[in-house]
Amino acid sequence: MTDLSYVRTEMLSEQAPPSGQQGIVKWMRANLFSSITNSILTLLALFFLYKALSGILPWVFQSSWNAKSLGECREAIAAAYGEGVEGACWAVIRERYQQLSFGFYPKELYWRPILAFILMLVAVAPVLFAGVPRKMLLFSALFPFIGFWLLWGGTIWVPVSALLGFVVAYGAAKLLPSMIGGLGATIAVILLPVIYWLLAFGPLADALSAIFPYGIESVPSSSMGGFALSITIGVTGIALSLPIGILLALGRQAPLFIVKSICVGFIEFIRGVPLITLLFVASVLLSIFLPPGSNFDIILRVMIMVTLFASAYMAEVVRGGLAALPKGQYEAADALGMNYWQTTRLIIMPQALKISIPNIVSNFIGLFKDTTLVSIIGLLDPLGLSTSIRANQEWNGIVWELYGFIALLFWIVCFSMSRYSMYLERKLKTEH
Amino acid sequence: MAMADQSTSGPSFRLSMLIYDTRYRSMTIQVFALILFLLAIGWLVNNAANNLASSGKELGFSFLSDPAGYDINQRLIEYNSQMSHGRAALVGLLNTLLVAVLGCLLATVIGVAVGVLRLSSNWIVARLMTFYIETLRNIPVLLWIILAMAIFIESFPQPNMFRGEDAEATMNLWGSVALTNRGFYIPKPLFFDGSMVVVMVFILSLVGIWFFGRWAKAKQEATGDILPSGWIKLAIFFLPAIAVFYAMGQPIGLEYPELKGFNFKGGIYMRNSLIALWLSLSLYTGAFIAEAVRAGIQAISHGQSEAAFALGLRPGRTMKLVILPQALRVIVPPLISQYLNLTKNSSLAIAVGYMDITGTLAGITLNQTGRALETLLLLMLIYLSISISVSLVMNWYNESIKMRER
Repeated sequence: MTDLSYVRTEMLSEQAPPSGQQGIVKWMRANLFSSITNSILTLLALFFLYKALSGILPWVFQSSWNAKSLGECREAIAAAYGEGVEGACWAVIRERYQQLSFGFYPKELYWRPILAFILMLVAVAPVLFAGVPRKMLLFSALFPFIGFWLLWGGTIWVPVSALLGFVVAYGAAKLLPSMIGGLGATIAVILLPVIYWLLAFGPLADALSAIFPYGIESVPSSSMGGFALSITIGVTGIALSLPIGILLALGRQAPLFIVKSICVGFIEFIRGVPLITLLFVASVLLSIFLPPGSNFDIILRVMIMVTLFASAYMAEVVRGGLAALPKGQYEAADALGMNYWQTTRLIIMPQALKISIPNIVSNFIGLFKDTTLVSIIGLLDPLGLSTSIRANQEWNGIVWELYGFIALLFWIVCFSMSRYSMYLERKLKTEH
Repeated sequence: MAMADQSTSGPSFRLSMLIYDTRYRSMTIQVFALILFLLAIGWLVNNAANNLASSGKELGFSFLSDPAGYDINQRLIEYNSQMSHGRAALVGLLNTLLVAVLGCLLATVIGVAVGVLRLSSNWIVARLMTFYIETLRNIPVLLWIILAMAIFIESFPQPNMFRGEDAEATMNLWGSVALTNRGFYIPKPLFFDGSMVVVMVFILSLVGIWFFGRWAKAKQEATGDILPSGWIKLAIFFLPAIAVFYAMGQPIGLEYPELKGFNFKGGIYMRNSLIALWLSLSLYTGAFIAEAVRAGIQAISHGQSEAAFALGLRPGRTMKLVILPQALRVIVPPLISQYLNLTKNSSLAIAVGYMDITGTLAGITLNQTGRALETLLLLMLIYLSISISVSLVMNWYNESIKMRER
């Protein structure tokens, strides 16, 4: 009796999955055509993409980079690509990109805003990336003075004397506590530099520049413009609004009724009105609230308003982070015997700020975008310049090229900021 | 004994305790802050008083009743240049509210659609929506507003291009809508005799839908039968009104815009500045609302929809009965702040010449009367009250949908 049963002794070799279950076909089935509705949506989207791209791409590439006016542009495009072809006139960017970048800044001094911009990148590097040597933070602290001096020019003694105020404060913080006690020293550290700036700063700068007249050509604010202006206002606002916002948020959380009411009143007022009304205040009203005869720079006034505006929003974001912290963190710090500022600095803020990173950065992005509003009160940021370029005889009728270029630059800055916030969130993530 | 006396009868309060004793320190700080605050306010007010006095102006709002002397091309209420500055400001305020309400509605529709589609399993649709959101969000809204206005002015045909036998431009939607560079002309509904009956029937059918909904729900809870209530509601919505419309001899008609001379006459004229502002604000805010909607839906744990499927609910009802009510709680607070942002951003109307409250009160009225302090104060107060009322209403709504925990 023979055993007819068959037992396979060797393994079957692996077989490729059916063609519908692998590669591009499977991916398309899963992601594009998983149901009837999805298939219809996919086809609609493809049709839309085809329509959009077939309109945009030829327009972008069948273009003219070399012309003096829109009419010349159209002639050049018609000559190169045939009659009736609608192409982009990038010549306007080529002709005006310097103006869009620097406004009416003197051409021979372009190196100054460019150098300031490069130095700014160097200064923010240690703030943004932990891998950069910590010693460079010293340069970051000095940069505001260097940057403003480079942009506005004038005698070098103004930024140096302004910087001396901080040196005074630092010296007071180092020396005085042992001499007159903690509280007196704290008051002195706040008061001394203020007294210095109010009384000694102006005469000192004048005297020094009279003795050593060293400076670079000064550039008036009316020549500032373009992206240089947007970036200057934006970066100043970003750098100042975070600390002010933190203080406001702490004030709002504090168990001190009067301090709390002042902070709440300020925050709610600023958040309730549009930025443009504050800019109107800066441009027409601020002089009424200052002593007669005092007149300070319009860009400085705008910076103050933008900073106040952004710091109210920042305060709310930081407050959200504070509210999200469990009460145990405060109690644990108290149990360790920390005082209020130690608790805030070492325990509360690092955690609260970490929680609020996405919102802080989206506030920064909002602030940077809001710098365009200064065009409404007559400052020549890129949008303000675009209006005058479009009113120009040669470029009358140009729309997409100009706004596309401005939009692209804003988009690059804002998009990189949002990507950076995602990177930071990932880096600081500690939970599993 | 002496010792004890000394410790109780000695000075129990010393000045230094104001600083070093935590019981009094907060008081000291507050008084100090209050004094500083009042000093600052006093300084500002004093400066303002001095400056006003030296320029010979008095603080006062009587200029509001002076004749304005300027025209407003976009108005919801009767206005002419002989009317007062106050009336002009009211016209501007109504224009602000008009664009804010229209904008919030459209932005919500766009935001919800884009936010839901961004979570779609369809790769290409999700990517397109991401592209939309990232493009809109990362470019200033003022640029969108100015760009929209520029496109309207440069790309749409002039009204006189619609003229003649072989006109360069034609009206859209079977000759009912004219898109021109001055704005859109759309048909206007005309109400003849008997139109009231149709409107009444329509309102009655809305009431009927509400009662039917209650009845259907009660029936479902009593018996478990689910009626196809969506279709029935749709039928109640349309059928009676249409039947009465024809029975009364079509008492509601449309007035079409017509080209007369150099411009269109008749119909409703939507100024291009209004449309540019409305569209760009809605598209911009829609991108932010889309992100809020996406975050809200993603905040609902996957277990909720799995549990609903396990109970046998279909995807549509899962969305409606399980996911959305919970997601709404997460969505509403950011939605409120987006509505407020849109309202405040509508002040950028001044860039395209749409006469909102900023354009009338802080624009022409300020320039004509030179009363910067009063007009800007008034403007800020108006925006503050709009913001506060919107957030009150929305917070009340938020409260009403909040989770009732036991």
